[in-house]
Amino acid sequence: MKILVCISHVPDTTSKINFTEGDTKFDTNGVQFVINPNDEFGLTRAMWFKEKQGANVTVINVGGADTEPTLRKALAIGADAAIRVNTVPADGFSVAKQLATVIKDGAYDLVIAGRESIDYNGGMVPGMIAGLVGANFVNNCIGLEVEGTNAKVIREIDGGKETVSTNLPLVIGGQKGLVEETDLRIPNMRGIMMARKKPLTVVEPSSISGETSSMSFEKPAPKGAVTLVSADNLDELVSLLHNEAKVI
Amino acid sequence: MASDLFEAPDYYNLDELLTDEHKLVRDTTRNWVKKEISPIIEDYAQKSEFPMHITKGLAEIGAFGPYIPMKYGGAGLDQISYGLIMQEIERGDSGIRSTASVQSSLVMYPIWKYGNELQRQKYLPKLASGAWIGCFGLTEPDHGSNPAGMITNFKDKGDHYLLNGAKMWISNAPFAHVAVVWAKDENGRIHGLLVERGMEGFSTPKTHSKWSLRASATGELIFDNVKVPKENLLPNKSGLGAPLGCLDSARYGIAWGAIGAAMDCYDTALRYSKERIQFGKPIGQFQLQQKKLAEMITEITKAQILTWRLGLLKNENKATSAQISMAKRNNVHMALNIAREARQILGGMGITGEYSIMRHAMNLESVITYEGTHDIHLLITGLDITGLNAFK
Repeated sequence: MKILVCISHVPDTTSKINFTEGDTKFDTNGVQFVINPNDEFGLTRAMWFKEKQGANVTVINVGGADTEPTLRKALAIGADAAIRVNTVPADGFSVAKQLATVIKDGAYDLVIAGRESIDYNGGMVPGMIAGLVGANFVNNCIGLEVEGTNAKVIREIDGGKETVSTNLPLVIGGQKGLVEETDLRIPNMRGIMMARKKPLTVVEPSSISGETSSMSFEKPAPKGAVTLVSADNLDELVSLLHNEAKVI
Repeated sequence: MASDLFEAPDYYNLDELLTDEHKLVRDTTRNWVKKEISPIIEDYAQKSEFPMHITKGLAEIGAFGPYIPMKYGGAGLDQISYGLIMQEIERGDSGIRSTASVQSSLVMYPIWKYGNELQRQKYLPKLASGAWIGCFGLTEPDHGSNPAGMITNFKDKGDHYLLNGAKMWISNAPFAHVAVVWAKDENGRIHGLLVERGMEGFSTPKTHSKWSLRASATGELIFDNVKVPKENLLPNKSGLGAPLGCLDSARYGIAWGAIGAAMDCYDTALRYSKERIQFGKPIGQFQLQQKKLAEMITEITKAQILTWRLGLLKNENKATSAQISMAKRNNVHMALNIAREARQILGGMGITGEYSIMRHAMNLESVITYEGTHDIHLLITGLDITGLNAFK
């Protein structure tokens, strides 16, 4: 089984978010980048397929050379090969089209993407890839097993789970539940050394431009001051909600 | 203990001097420490107990023998990677770093460098995987700074060596499976012997009531007519230079490790100074606190640059023992001073187990003493620059 794991290179969740150039660009200064958590669950599940079912695992990212450490980390964790499509992503659609080109050429049986990246939270890429390459698609996956060409996928739905049977080739949008947080792996030193010898192929992008572009970003308003009201003084609370907060 | 909010200071953008691989090595170790060491270390230090279960994790991430070649179970990494691993582990706790550096530099290193192929094959994979833990016996009750005066000795009895003597202040001794023991032969020449737990006459009593390195186990090695098989002698180097070669490697790791402890104290104190309000403003706004913090980051930055350069020299096999002594001495002293100053910034909170500072400060009292005392390292520099020996 040939598996492709899509890896987004995203700011660590503890990063301080700022914008530059008149609030039109994300300020990467001092920001630590990590594998998108939803992708990391998928990568870990892919490692399980590699170890238990002999799958071959390639990881891919659409991005500039600055994203290579993230791919190297995925190789150190255990992926067999990495591909970087050498272009700075414009929007979700352009990323999906770049990925679709590579997927068609590589004839992957299973494509594991995170259901969304935690930077821009578009959540569009996995579904678009499936549409562009004509593969089956299940989103919000919290469980995945493959036997032959059949896949059993567990999908999170409102208030419960749905188990879906489908066939390869398949694209999934994965999330926590594919594996648990305690199953996530950190690379070890031998893995880091072995990653040196694994191929990281840089492919030039297809000529695809984005359909959208960001005009400006805005941070949420800072939290206001807190007023404490005694539990015995409900009249004051009502008055504050009515006269100051103007919510009742 | 409060949750681990550590953010590493990098005032001179030294990350730009590291390769992506170095950064991955460091961040991997840092994440492991946050996950596995920070949540438990305070309890173990308070209980004065070594967290035995973490040897498995140290082995899994590759902290045992990271620069030992892969064919012996190591990772084959360079010396800067080794240093960064030590830095990050000591950021968690000097005692845990001690376990890792003893295993790597004082046990695996001599077997790799001074042992024969059979010895390498027999011991190194077990030590790299953490299946076996090792210790290093050089210091004796009456011979600390003067190891050449050792009295532990062995006699050739035909089909074996007969080992007698005692070693003291030995990290990992109480549970080690194998000890690299330095002893004199009948001609007074120092050799390394591999002494395994279970050999008759070999015991390892634990050292109790330490106020420092409380989460690391320390003990003695006692040899009472221990029959050591002849194949357990390290054949490829003898004389005092052999154990000193191991110490060069370990001291190099300590120079990095001390930066980790210092960074943790600085980072804790900086955060506290911005949160603690007195006289209506954060204490970080007062000049005396700023002086402490500014001096801390200056000293950390200087140590980082010194140690990074030493790492390059070590990678090229050009680092001298005297250069390593200078870095060990400078960095541990720097870290201890920062721990004490950081403790003051935290006031009373600084003495509690809610914060790591007092534990670091107590640990560093050992680190400034072991592997060559602060004074002895000064004399090594003195000898190196004057050519005049102040030891004798």
